Amino acid sequence: MARNTLLERVWAEHTIDGTGGELVYVDMHLLHELTSPQAFEGLREAGRKVRRPDLTVATADHDVPTRSRQVPLSDSIGRRQLGLQIRNSREFGVELHPMNSLGQGIVHVIGPQMGLTLPGMLIVCGDSHTATHGAFGAVAFGIGTSQVEHVLATQTLRIAKPKSMRVLVEGTPSAEATAKDIALAVIRAIGTDGGTGHLIEFQGDVIDRMSMEGRMTLCNMAIEAGARSGMIAPDETTFAYLEGRERAPRGEDWERAKEAWAAYRSAPDAEFDREVVVDVDGLRAMVTWGINPGQAVPVDGRVPDPETMADPVSREAGRRALDYMGLRAGQSLADIPIRTVFIGSCTNGRMDDLRAAAKVVEGHKVAAEVTALVVPGSERIKRQAEAEGLDRVFTEAGFEWRNPGCSMCIAVNGDRVPAGTHSASTSNRNFEGRQGPGARTHLVSPETAAATALLGRLAGSAEIS
Amino acid sequence: MLKVEVIHGRGVPLDASDVDTDQIIPAVWMKRVERTGFQDGLFQKWRRDPEFVLNRPERAGATVLVSGPNFGCGSSREHAPWALRDFGFKAVIAPSFADIFRNNLPNVGLVPVTLDAAATRKVMDAVTADATAEVTVDLLRATVTCEAAGVVAEPFFLDEGARYRLTRGLDLIDLAAEAEEAIGRHEASRPFWMPRTNGQVEDVFEDSGVEVA
Repeated sequence: MARNTLLERVWAEHTIDGTGGELVYVDMHLLHELTSPQAFEGLREAGRKVRRPDLTVATADHDVPTRSRQVPLSDSIGRRQLGLQIRNSREFGVELHPMNSLGQGIVHVIGPQMGLTLPGMLIVCGDSHTATHGAFGAVAFGIGTSQVEHVLATQTLRIAKPKSMRVLVEGTPSAEATAKDIALAVIRAIGTDGGTGHLIEFQGDVIDRMSMEGRMTLCNMAIEAGARSGMIAPDETTFAYLEGRERAPRGEDWERAKEAWAAYRSAPDAEFDREVVVDVDGLRAMVTWGINPGQAVPVDGRVPDPETMADPVSREAGRRALDYMGLRAGQSLADIPIRTVFIGSCTNGRMDDLRAAAKVVEGHKVAAEVTALVVPGSERIKRQAEAEGLDRVFTEAGFEWRNPGCSMCIAVNGDRVPAGTHSASTSNRNFEGRQGPGARTHLVSPETAAATALLGRLAGSAEIS
Repeated sequence: MLKVEVIHGRGVPLDASDVDTDQIIPAVWMKRVERTGFQDGLFQKWRRDPEFVLNRPERAGATVLVSGPNFGCGSSREHAPWALRDFGFKAVIAPSFADIFRNNLPNVGLVPVTLDAAATRKVMDAVTADATAEVTVDLLRATVTCEAAGVVAEPFFLDEGARYRLTRGLDLIDLAAEAEEAIGRHEASRPFWMPRTNGQVEDVFEDSGVEVA
């Protein structure tokens, strides 16, 4: 039984009632246009209100086109959904950052950006990558639309506490390995269902040294290891990121809040339900070869042979992956022609990601057959990047510089990878058809994506001088 | 919500691990704003193959889906449970489920039946061999029976909260209303540093204009 962990502490502070499952209080409810319309409709039918509009915030991210945003949009279904979101937000008094507003962006990017994500909070959203917010020491997880309706109506959720799992990340990765590569290494090590039933707390020197943006990337991908979420105890890095953010406490409140937040950590003698050590010593840039995020190898590696896999489930999954991806066992990953490169998403669409990719790209040209796009995670990030001249670095190299949104990570806004072709993508899922029907996705870091765009094949940034 | 106590029906095998929500229903279906009518999206890509199990006439009307570990991994979309429900399924049997999906299923009246891997394999093999093989999921006793598989009253896992509300047919929002006083007490004691939102729809750039449906 878990004891004295960060999860236990935050969960206990939010538990209201133990009958028929636990009722927990939600401090911040994030909404986007895809998973909320039916919830608002449910409220309307039952004559209910939003209990705490002041703890609710919405943005438009999945449907929004990243090229032209002239309205009316040509995508009539997306237009209807975005229009309904505006109507619902007005009717129920919910803060909304619609398309073409300064605050718009991917929901998991704008929360931290505004300072709405703080240590010790309980945060939910109808989106599995809500795990991102755990990087601040919050308990943050995705929920379904019925639960969205429940939270809108009651500001609470009836849900069992996940078990706690410590993932201790040890060793010193190589200089080319980023938080994304560490995330892929963790998923490969523990499996795509390695975290099932658990919420992972990441610990270790590597985590202590990791930037806030890197921590968001890592926690974001915890869901891909099957975990309900990921979290990291707040420290000076967290506080430095939050200080001065629009909705974070200020002045004397800031000092008092920091003192309170310092207590959000697992005790040295904490007991977790499960503990795992992942060794990332010497870790290289990683790339996925298959159709789940655990199917990853170093970027200069070869496609594994499923027939040599001991576990029958992995073997069968490997066979399916080779079939879908059109690859052969033993093939060098560097031989796969890449036609699309996507830099963006709630995993890797933040300032540090764009800066790191631009550094690789500067002074080079995108390979002739490659369509490469950069989609900033939010309008503010887009403007900041433009102020730093990153847009010019990308466009002069042949990248397209787009407007913020989820874009090609989920491919419901018209941005798609052509069927049967391979992409290098900084997003989070390489599932069949995720980036469009027949799309063959390789998940990578922003640096690897940048190098891949320049060479037209999967390549680590070390190959670019 | 309707009470769910015992489910009895024919089983359908979907013998694969890591069946993700993008396979259960592609993301493009999430652009709909309705709450029903998702049956045609269920396993849309796989159903293009006429031999896919759900296309077989002898499988029509089956209500229990049997699959491999980590079923429902990926996105939190409740559209996946909606599609299973609208197609006619009442329960999914698997050795393990992704967390969010497992929590979503009971909210639409479906049962996530987490069954021991060996027993799941027996049921899988039996329903693969015989399309008329029947499966009983008893929520009151928390057992699965599939006589064709030699599986009789095999216990399965369902978290107590889900079992409680499924077997009573409870509306969760009404149930939370009973805790109103406790919710109010909690609200009065939240820390001072908790952030607030402003309730406003932010203005759009001057040159864009926005339409409202």
